[in-house]
Amino acid sequence: MEVRQISVTINDETRLVEVEPRMLCVHMIREVVGLTGTHLGCDTTSCGACTVLLDGVPVKSCTLLAVQTDGHELTTVEGLGWPSELHPVQEGFKEEHGLQCGFCTPGMMLTVTALLEDNPDPTEDEIRWAISGNLCRCTGYQNIVKAVQWAAKKMAAERTSVSA
Amino acid sequence: MAVDELSVGGVGARVKRVEDDRFIRGRGNYTDDFKLPGMLHMEILRSPYAHARIVSIDTSKAWAIPGVHLVLTGELMQQRNLAWMPTLSYDTQAVLATDKVRFQGQEVAAVVADDPYIAKDACEAIQVEYEALPAIVNPQQATASGAPLIRDDKDGQTDNICYTWEVGDKANTDRAFEQAEHVVKLDCFYPRSHPSPIECCGCIADWNSATEKLTIYMTTQAPHIIRTAVALVAELPEHMIRIIAPDIGGGFGNKVPVYPGYVVATLASILVARPVKWIEDKTGNLISTGYARDMYFHGELAIDNRGKIQGLRIHVDTDNGAFFSDAQPTKFKVGLIHSAFACYDIPYGHLTSQGHYTNKAPGGVAYRCSFRVTEAMFFQERLIAAACQDLGVDPADFRRINFVQEFPWRTTYGMLLDSGDYDKCLTLALEKLGYEDLRREQAEARKRGRLIGIGISTMTEPLGAGNSREFDIIGIKMFDSAELRVHPSGKAVLKIGSKTQGQGHETTFAQIVTHELGIPSRDILVHHGDTDNTPFGMGTYASRSTPTAGAATAMASRKVRAKARKLAAHLLEVSEDDLEWELGRFYVRDAPQRGASIQDCALAAYTNMPDGLEPGLENHAYYDPPNMTWPFAAYVAAVEIDPETGVWEVLRFVAVDDCGVRINPMIVEGQIMGGLTEAYAMSNMQFITFDSNGNCIGANYMDYLIPTAWETPAWELHEVVTPCPHHPIGAKGIGECACVGGPAAFVNAVIDAVAHLGVRNIDMPVFSGRVWEAIREQHDVAGSPPLPGHH
Amino acid sequence: MYPARFHYEAPSTVDEVLQLLAMYQGEAKVMSGGMSLIPLMKLRFASPSCVIDVNNIAGLDYMDESGGRLRIGALVRNRTLVRSEVLRARYPLMSSLAPQVADPLVRARGTLVGSLCHADPQGDWGAAMLAMGGEVVARSTAGERTIPVRDLLLGPFQTSLRPDEFAVEARVPGPSGEPFGMYYKLERKVGDFATVGVAVFLDRNGGSITKAGIALTGVGSTNIKCVDAEQALLSGGLTDAGIDAAARLAAEAAKPQTDQRGSAEYKRHLVRTFVVRALQTATGREPIDIRQRRFERVASLV
Repeated sequence: MEVRQISVTINDETRLVEVEPRMLCVHMIREVVGLTGTHLGCDTTSCGACTVLLDGVPVKSCTLLAVQTDGHELTTVEGLGWPSELHPVQEGFKEEHGLQCGFCTPGMMLTVTALLEDNPDPTEDEIRWAISGNLCRCTGYQNIVKAVQWAAKKMAAERTSVSA
Repeated sequence: MAVDELSVGGVGARVKRVEDDRFIRGRGNYTDDFKLPGMLHMEILRSPYAHARIVSIDTSKAWAIPGVHLVLTGELMQQRNLAWMPTLSYDTQAVLATDKVRFQGQEVAAVVADDPYIAKDACEAIQVEYEALPAIVNPQQATASGAPLIRDDKDGQTDNICYTWEVGDKANTDRAFEQAEHVVKLDCFYPRSHPSPIECCGCIADWNSATEKLTIYMTTQAPHIIRTAVALVAELPEHMIRIIAPDIGGGFGNKVPVYPGYVVATLASILVARPVKWIEDKTGNLISTGYARDMYFHGELAIDNRGKIQGLRIHVDTDNGAFFSDAQPTKFKVGLIHSAFACYDIPYGHLTSQGHYTNKAPGGVAYRCSFRVTEAMFFQERLIAAACQDLGVDPADFRRINFVQEFPWRTTYGMLLDSGDYDKCLTLALEKLGYEDLRREQAEARKRGRLIGIGISTMTEPLGAGNSREFDIIGIKMFDSAELRVHPSGKAVLKIGSKTQGQGHETTFAQIVTHELGIPSRDILVHHGDTDNTPFGMGTYASRSTPTAGAATAMASRKVRAKARKLAAHLLEVSEDDLEWELGRFYVRDAPQRGASIQDCALAAYTNMPDGLEPGLENHAYYDPPNMTWPFAAYVAAVEIDPETGVWEVLRFVAVDDCGVRINPMIVEGQIMGGLTEAYAMSNMQFITFDSNGNCIGANYMDYLIPTAWETPAWELHEVVTPCPHHPIGAKGIGECACVGGPAAFVNAVIDAVAHLGVRNIDMPVFSGRVWEAIREQHDVAGSPPLPGHH
Repeated sequence: MYPARFHYEAPSTVDEVLQLLAMYQGEAKVMSGGMSLIPLMKLRFASPSCVIDVNNIAGLDYMDESGGRLRIGALVRNRTLVRSEVLRARYPLMSSLAPQVADPLVRARGTLVGSLCHADPQGDWGAAMLAMGGEVVARSTAGERTIPVRDLLLGPFQTSLRPDEFAVEARVPGPSGEPFGMYYKLERKVGDFATVGVAVFLDRNGGSITKAGIALTGVGSTNIKCVDAEQALLSGGLTDAGIDAAARLAAEAAKPQTDQRGSAEYKRHLVRTFVVRALQTATGREPIDIRQRRFERVASLV
């Protein structure tokens, strides 16, 4: 059985991991590394529940081989925020009831975090467009949009207070 | 001073959800997140054929793969009497196929291995020889002469009919139709759909051979029923079975039935004496688990010259798949289909129904349907719309003429409405939409070749199954339960018999306790899902939790309050009769500044009891609801269709819901928006169909379409509040209302846009190709795609 | 969900790729984005003996306009194409198409060249390349050749690439005058395959059309280049009659199947409708179009 050793940095921690080439990145994250916040929801690369950030870019980790992450950086939901406080995106989802069952939420939040890095003040359409690769069955998306707007506002305020 | 209810998180407060704290950190505990020591993994091999005899199964190559521990087939299950299991509708269902496969995707074999990759390799190595048989993919084929017998496993089964059912007053209904000035008829089809929560079904079965206790972590909305069912099927003692339903990534009715995978995993665990995890993939979920709808409707209204409906005839043919496995109250073969037209005053009605076996996955009752009330209300509003179109009456006016006005009211088919104000709901919806203006705009637009349509859907539906006289599932009455214990510090733990899958019970049920006792909701922990330490409840589906477990929570809290009163009397050295209650405290009527808070009472329960009173401050309640609750709604959609392509978009959608007292308005709104999104999806893109060979089209997310944020319209929500007269806190169910009433609003809107071209019906999914055909040919478009020629 | 076992190589130069391809004689698959290959492998519809991951090869992610044509390296991702100012300014068909491929997460990884090599009849890029007269540059241990895309796409998932060839680049001619381009894709939701995709491309000088390209997605066993329709445009121009003729001929060139997305007749009708609308837009008119062009009003797409 072919096994490769890879070096992948997950949530700022570099790890040496042994995986078969066929192991999907999402399985490496969940089963080998033991971070279960990243979820699996389909088998046709359609739902986005498995979304992680690969070098800061949101991708579907179910359609990435674990070996492809060798030398790269992954951010999972566990890497959002800091030990002492939540990321504004996480806060926004709670404030605006942007989640119900929570299953799509980790992937959704990572996509949204990347969006706000890129586009700090998105319009509603820009938000809906950016999350169109992440399916949600519970919320109907409207509160997710509000969660993003809440986070954008808080991040803007924080930027202003930092620079003041 | 009473505590301010909103600020301590009582009923009516928009309390932020307790559940969120773990979900936003990725610290949810879903079934697939658990790892038990020594755990193995199971994969299921499924049939590629819809209908075929199994000639042989050779598992030798699978057994030979390193890392494989067990390969199970129907034959091996049969040796333990587990190849077939009883269903919740008193039929039998194959666990692993023995003689035949009866639907594409049916479970044929299972492999238990060190990891799921190896299990999958081994599944691929199992060689099954099939002899294909003709497949039946709809009720018409099922009853055609010469149709193959699907359930040749059942003694005495000579056809493909699985039930017949009838309700109402045929004689008087027939008379009403004979005398009617107008008769309106409609045939329509509600396509097969699937709840499809993002998280698939799965379990970890853990048989402890030393203690002989079976623990199963399971994606189940009804852990206690499952425990009882597993005890019956596996012939194990019920008290030695523990079902743990952890966090569930969406249910929508998909996670109620007992699926073969659970049974196989359980047997596997017993055989290998190690925990066995089985998590299905999305294809397995869509192709084999409880789907919904797939119903053919013929309806007739007898209407007099005033526009008043005098009679109602309905016949429905249901497609139940290969096994009659519906999870529904025993007395009703078609769920609560007879709730159709409940909000309309119709003196006489008759409903007949027939169920059919087909070579498709078993089910029918699922998917935010309130036990087939989705079908009932969709057909209702489509037939009403057809009547308005035929008679040339404005759809709002027609409804107003026919709405039930007095309560309580016995419906056409014998249900008891407790409360309602349908006119108020409809009027508010139309006002918020700007109905009159929009009608004018529609007329103007039509002159310029633009197609705008307005669709109305009004309904009341029965939620909160249900009263023990009428409701049971496998004989167990449909009550629910709550257990409340208050600790010395005044903090509390509430245990309930229901099981949330995203509805926020950990937040809302605490709010009910807060409402009754004044303990801040953040001081109340809600515990659910583990049969070892929650009271017996029938679970969460059909929007029943607030009506039943919510009521039980209120009743249990009141019992606690009654005991607290005794403790307060003791602390204040007065008699109980001298005390008044305000939120959070008892006080002496004649000296209100003298009081004892609920926290004072709690401490006293452990430190300072009066003589003769047992220590502790806790109680429980099992609530047998006197009736269903009857939320009602008016949903109005405005759409515009591109005449050249048939593509349509939603211009506005206004929803006015009355679900009685709203425990947490934020959560109620979330439920409505989720339901509307599912309604939108079903109306135009989300469906499962089959080709003539029984191949399932819709067994993955490329074919079974869930809308993204980009397609999903914006929702305008409003409320009317008519408290439920019999519920302890005046609340009603709400979770499913928008999914139930929503689809007709969209479909009615599209048809309204093209009615002037002579179109009266377009069956769902109303996707662009069908709309285009309707416009071009100026005719109705019926049935399920692919178009009939390709079936 | 679980691919079969395979041998994995992650070379760092193109030469290594070519040697591996020569060695494996058709049993190896090149993987760039992986957005088509990995899903097939998860469902076990594809089980190559070796996967050659080319993502570590430096210098394959270029977009280069030297020499009067746009050269796009094998590792240029859809996400880059969506954001490209070069495309917006001078390759409007491609700029219109890029955001409509799959969804934002898949666009982060998928590549244009990979899409052409995969040759899914539902693949969008094939239509743009056919319309614009694009080419693919393929290398092997035997050398290098340039393959016009109309000779590359043979049928469903079939290209004229030899098993030992690695497509390193796609090329499109640069605009000579004022380019126009639009991609109409009717999909039931984001991420769906096209019910119908129509690519329209014009290069214009003053008032006249110097180049015309019309190609289709999802209505045949591969992307279809509507040669007769293109001819009609070149000779008839953007008059109502010319537009009508081109649209009619494009619809005739389509070979759609009836399926759950619609009847063959409907799809043919959509081809015609979208060609008309695209060409009307080219003349400066704003055709009424419910929903189709909503994404164009979004300023910042991902």
